[in-house]
Amino acid sequence: MITDITIGQYFPGKSFIHRLDPRIKIILTIVYIVILFINQGVFGFVLSIGLLAVMYLIAGIPIRMILKSLKPVIPLIIFTSVLNIFFIGGTVIWQWGIITISWEGIRLAVFMSIRILALIAGSSLLTYTTSPIALTDAIERLLKPLKYVKFPVHELAMMMTIALRFIPTLLEETDKIMSAQKARGADLESGGLIRRAKALIPILIPLFISAIRRAEELALAMECRCYRGGEGRTRMKQLHLGGRDAVAVGVMAACLAGVILMNLFLPTVL
Amino acid sequence: MPVIKTEHLTHLYSVGTPFEKAAIQDVNLEISQGEFVGVIGHTGSGKSTLIQHFNGLLKPTAGKIFLDGKDIWENKSEIRAVRFHVGLVFQYPEYQLFEETVYKDISFGPKNMGLKEDEIDARVREAAALVGLKPEVLEKSPFELSGGQKRRVAIAGVIAMEPKVLILDEPTAGLDPRGRDMILGEIQQYHQEKKNTILLVSHSMEDIAKYATKVLVMNQAQVYAYDTVEAVFSRVEELRALGLGVPQITRVFYQLKQDGMNIETNVYSVKRAKQLILEKLGKGGDAQ
Ligand SMILES: Nc1ncnc2c1ncn2[C@@H]1O[C@H](COP(=O)(O)OP(=O)(O)O)[C@@H](O)[C@H]1O
Ligand SMILES: [Mg+2]
Repeated sequence: MITDITIGQYFPGKSFIHRLDPRIKIILTIVYIVILFINQGVFGFVLSIGLLAVMYLIAGIPIRMILKSLKPVIPLIIFTSVLNIFFIGGTVIWQWGIITISWEGIRLAVFMSIRILALIAGSSLLTYTTSPIALTDAIERLLKPLKYVKFPVHELAMMMTIALRFIPTLLEETDKIMSAQKARGADLESGGLIRRAKALIPILIPLFISAIRRAEELALAMECRCYRGGEGRTRMKQLHLGGRDAVAVGVMAACLAGVILMNLFLPTVL
Repeated sequence: MPVIKTEHLTHLYSVGTPFEKAAIQDVNLEISQGEFVGVIGHTGSGKSTLIQHFNGLLKPTAGKIFLDGKDIWENKSEIRAVRFHVGLVFQYPEYQLFEETVYKDISFGPKNMGLKEDEIDARVREAAALVGLKPEVLEKSPFELSGGQKRRVAIAGVIAMEPKVLILDEPTAGLDPRGRDMILGEIQQYHQEKKNTILLVSHSMEDIAKYATKVLVMNQAQVYAYDTVEAVFSRVEELRALGLGVPQITRVFYQLKQDGMNIETNVYSVKRAKQLILEKLGKGGDAQ
């Protein structure tokens, strides 16, 4: 069933990681990605992936969730690996006709795969442990300085919040409309591309109409509650930085420093 | 032979997640041809889930469904044909309209059946007339109609497939009392003309008592009772315990009896009530 798709993939909990300030979590996720990419050696990967594993353990996210988030990137990994292995020049270790495989190519393929996997797993940890609402809230705060260049930060965050709120509703609606049209004999599964595209019309039109109707109702409801943009708006949930956040920043800083030091002093290993 | 029969029908939602839940559990039913079945039960008792099994929209987790004695899931590729025999009108069906004109929308089902043009035309006009849509409405856009009219169009869209079994999931939800009576009256008329089987999900005990011949009571994912209207509504206390109740007029007579009056309690319509009261008052001869 279509509603089984998890969106936002938030995995509720009360762990140390869950309770970090979402702003800090976003920043630390970015720092973590930077760490993955500046790292040049094996030990750096051991350190950064070890850290990620520990964070997953603390957050209490089951392994199957991690695997689920990694599954969609497997084709990407295979694709980049193939490119790297066959097209990066260097010390040739195998040759057959025009196909050559170099030591540098293999090394880069392995490193890139590890980077991509760790990147996805790392950013998934953010969405697993932060509710979509907290996430948009934090993004709004972090982007606040852009207001001075007239960037509509609040509007953007509100749009994201509303979109997140309505994704499950619209999925449910799609499900209902599909069932209703199937009950009238709509055939969604067979036929060529054009026939299939045509078969979507009885689903898309009611869906758009309902989305527009919902948007109108929501706009009206918001106006009835005196919503008039972000100016002077206060918040129910205030975000506060705490000792927990300091610890997290410290750990990530140590990891960054460790990777930089390893790059400087252990660059030749592999 | 029953037109619809289920054997140990069970449906679980969200299998394999922490939200796994049995929406219907071990349902065994036999519905005879020509019956007008009222389906009642609390929100969440599994009514909608159950009826979506009858036309193969939902696949049972366990158990079987037979249409005219044939297991509908025996041959998966024929499941579309089942949907033409068992017509299902969803709750708020007006949200499924999509065509430019009412005519085209009603003809969507018959077209999918692969009927000929003139047959489709005849069916569309007949279905529209049955639900009380005037011929000039057929050329209008469905989106410019009123809520009640839209719903008629949606119902006509299913009736035009001339299903053996017509299932309606709360067809009157959100309509005004007049619109409600009219639509139900039209459905009853359709039932009497075509002699087909009807399942009507409703929260109104009055409507059920007025139109149905049998009542199916769902409770906590199971069939609590399936019997004639009289047999079901005579179980006043049990229905009350389920939080469902009986028609208002039945409640009045039940209370009169409790208060010591020597009176029958199997009264389900105001007409019958009037007759009985007049008899009691010794004016039986005048009652009509
Ligand atoms: N698509 C779905 N996914 C998960 N659970 C569902 C779904 N549809 C219904 N349910 C659950 O199944 C139970 C029965 O629902 P339903 O058949 O709609 O009952 P009713 O029509 O009697 O109100 C409810 O507890 C409901 O929450
Ligand atoms: Mg329902």
